[in-house]
Amino acid sequence: MSAAEAEAGRVRSYLDYYLTRARTQIQSNFQYRVATYMWLIGMLAEPIVYLVVWTTIADQQGGSVQGISTGEFAAYYIVWTLVRNMNIVFTPYGWEWRIREGELSAALLRPLHPIHDDIAGFAGWKVVTIILWLPIAAVLWIAFDPTFDIRAAEIAAFCVAIWGAYLIRTMFLSSLGMVTFWTTRVSALFELMVGLELLLSGRLVPLPLMPDWVEDLAAVLPFQWSFYFPIQTLVGDMSNRELLEGLGMQLLWIVALTGLFLVVWRFAVRRYSAVGN
Amino acid sequence: MRLARLAWLFFKVGSLNELQYRTNFFIQLLQSAVSIGVALVVLQVVYSHTPELNGWTEPELLVVLGIQLLLGGVISTSIQPNMQRLMEEVRDGKLDFALTKPEDSQVLVSIRDVRIWRAVDVIGGAAVLAYGIRGLEAGVGLGDGLLFIGLLALGAVTIYCFWLVIATLAFWIVNVWEIIELFQGVYLAGRFPVSIYPGWLRFGVTFLVPLAFAITVPAEAVTSRLEWSTVGLAIGFAVALFAFTRWWWGFGLRRYSGASA
Repeated sequence: MSAAEAEAGRVRSYLDYYLTRARTQIQSNFQYRVATYMWLIGMLAEPIVYLVVWTTIADQQGGSVQGISTGEFAAYYIVWTLVRNMNIVFTPYGWEWRIREGELSAALLRPLHPIHDDIAGFAGWKVVTIILWLPIAAVLWIAFDPTFDIRAAEIAAFCVAIWGAYLIRTMFLSSLGMVTFWTTRVSALFELMVGLELLLSGRLVPLPLMPDWVEDLAAVLPFQWSFYFPIQTLVGDMSNRELLEGLGMQLLWIVALTGLFLVVWRFAVRRYSAVGN
Repeated sequence: MRLARLAWLFFKVGSLNELQYRTNFFIQLLQSAVSIGVALVVLQVVYSHTPELNGWTEPELLVVLGIQLLLGGVISTSIQPNMQRLMEEVRDGKLDFALTKPEDSQVLVSIRDVRIWRAVDVIGGAAVLAYGIRGLEAGVGLGDGLLFIGLLALGAVTIYCFWLVIATLAFWIVNVWEIIELFQGVYLAGRFPVSIYPGWLRFGVTFLVPLAFAITVPAEAVTSRLEWSTVGLAIGFAVALFAFTRWWWGFGLRRYSGASA
């Protein structure tokens, strides 16, 4: 067998693993539709609160804030709900649990890095949430009357960008999760990260509404590429060139954060000691 | 009196247990500082674009935020731990241990647990509230102050009833965890006065999840915009909800089949 054939076989087996893992996850999540809906509705409170606040301000100021109209705010926060869904990944709390309970032992025995299982499993779950999200989006559309001006290229970019966002946040939070190999109390650090992300990612408000220095700071951090950018591909008015550049930046962050994760993993996993059975 | 002594006893034992884990205090302190800091920045961002939000100035909204944080601390210190334990025990059948004790079962399941470190949020919330009150132009009179304390207590009772109604659902539906997530999401809406929400949503956060009575109404007392009809409505709603909760608990309890069933 030549090297090329071996390589092709490797890729095929990875692909097979991802598809199978995602498929079983989809089947398993589809059983709990009510639970998923409860959870989706709980998550909706946040963007609706922001949307109402900014709509109120826009109305007070004659229909817009810094050139963003009420309809555009509505569009922003409706797309937000899907992007936020894509953004939910295996958290540092998950790593904390995995290490404290010794769950990692089984995962380490497999001939495959545990991160593959996380990525594939959550990706399958995303498929379920996207489908269940559609009716919610329709209701929000009727309730808040958004204005959209969409081109085909923007839809295409959006479909790629949400998966880019998913990978960026997966790799970022997994890197952060590595901290749990040293201390199993990661909550304060994680909350701090979520707080920073809220302000620097566009999760709270479209970034141009933040002070200039926040925007400058956000430009050199990964947060906005998993929030503001994917939303903007659909809601904003971006040229094809800007769309491609944005996707390029996403790719850059995916590579950088994956590199970071793999390096930290090598040191972290040496510290792991399973307890008990 | 007896029940108050019992509650105090449970509180003491629970606190002693928690006091063993002092590192948790510092972690809680950090976590609360982060969440309060972020909430303050959010208000800053909002008020950098407008002098007032639907008639509420920044100090007035700090009052709302302070109350929301304070009450959130009360919920996570005592209400939520008790209700979570109740739901777990219904599922596992361990509720037998509470039911066989010669005291009122609703009281027992409501006072057994305490997470005292979470009280950091109560103090943080009170600080934000005090800071907001200092910025108010009108100041707060004694009458308004007393009314505020009364309404806040009433609000806490309302939230407790809401939680118990939900937790009691565990007798029918085994998995109610998502409802907790749902509550925590919706609770965020209390950071703003409910008057800014569109009609259907305002109805939801007033009567379905009683955030209006728990947070906005006490805040109205502090910011001198309270009408007596609102006070009457708040009292009436709390009394009715309490009575319903009492009945609902008994109704749910009859469904409980115990550990050996």
